[in-house]
Amino acid sequence: MSAIGGNSLRTPLKNVRGLGSAQSGVRHWWLQRLTAVALVPLSLWFLWLLMGLAHADVAMARAAIAQPVHAVLLAALVVSVFWHGALGLQVVIEDYVHTRWQEVALQVAVRFGAFLVASACLFAIARIALG
Amino acid sequence: MSQTARPLSPHLGIYRWRVNMWQSVLHRLTGLFLCLGALWLAWGLFAAASGADAWNAFADFCASGIGNGLLILWTWALLFHLCNGIQHLFRDGGMGFDAAQREHSQTPSYFATGWIILATSFVLTALVWACLLLRVKGGAA
Repeated sequence: MSAIGGNSLRTPLKNVRGLGSAQSGVRHWWLQRLTAVALVPLSLWFLWLLMGLAHADVAMARAAIAQPVHAVLLAALVVSVFWHGALGLQVVIEDYVHTRWQEVALQVAVRFGAFLVASACLFAIARIALG
Repeated sequence: MSQTARPLSPHLGIYRWRVNMWQSVLHRLTGLFLCLGALWLAWGLFAAASGADAWNAFADFCASGIGNGLLILWTWALLFHLCNGIQHLFRDGGMGFDAAQREHSQTPSYFATGWIILATSFVLTALVWACLLLRVKGGAA
């Protein structure tokens, strides 16, 4: 801040006005809550689905996933889980990783990883439901 | 901006541990652990899509001792994160912060929900696994 403020007579507030928020505003906070609200019913339903699939063979598992309602809800769960998880991991990395290049590398890895694995899940659901 | 030497806030070490601190720590830990659970879900979906061999490898892992242990821990982590998350959403909405509920010295009501959440997560986990055990026994008999 001293590079901006220096010994000038301007107040710190004057120096930062108009530059936007320090980070990303409320978008992160809001999406974390939005996905959380979606996951309340979805995770309860998911738990119930899993309990029915204990000791299932591949045919039973595929039949359960292929049911239209289950396939759609599973896809919604996957999107919400990986979005919510990526947002959470982002905060953990921001809090604990203080070496800049490591932080950036981890943030990129989390984003790419979440997107890749979520895509794989959606592909698997589509293949079972449509195939 | 940082010319003035302001006093720092006291470090964590001086605070007495109360249930809301456990909730906060456990929420983050269970969240991290559930990220691993998301990978387990991905494995299961991909195995089901790939065929019998891949599914059997996945099912064998789930039925193993380590698999069972992880599944029980994931069940509890999910239920705790869920229950605590619901309280989190209510408090995000500004509920539970009335003056009466902030009065720690007089009433533990502010902390009661924390203990209820912890207890509920353990009870629900036990219920889920009791149901699973009964079903497996019923199926085998």
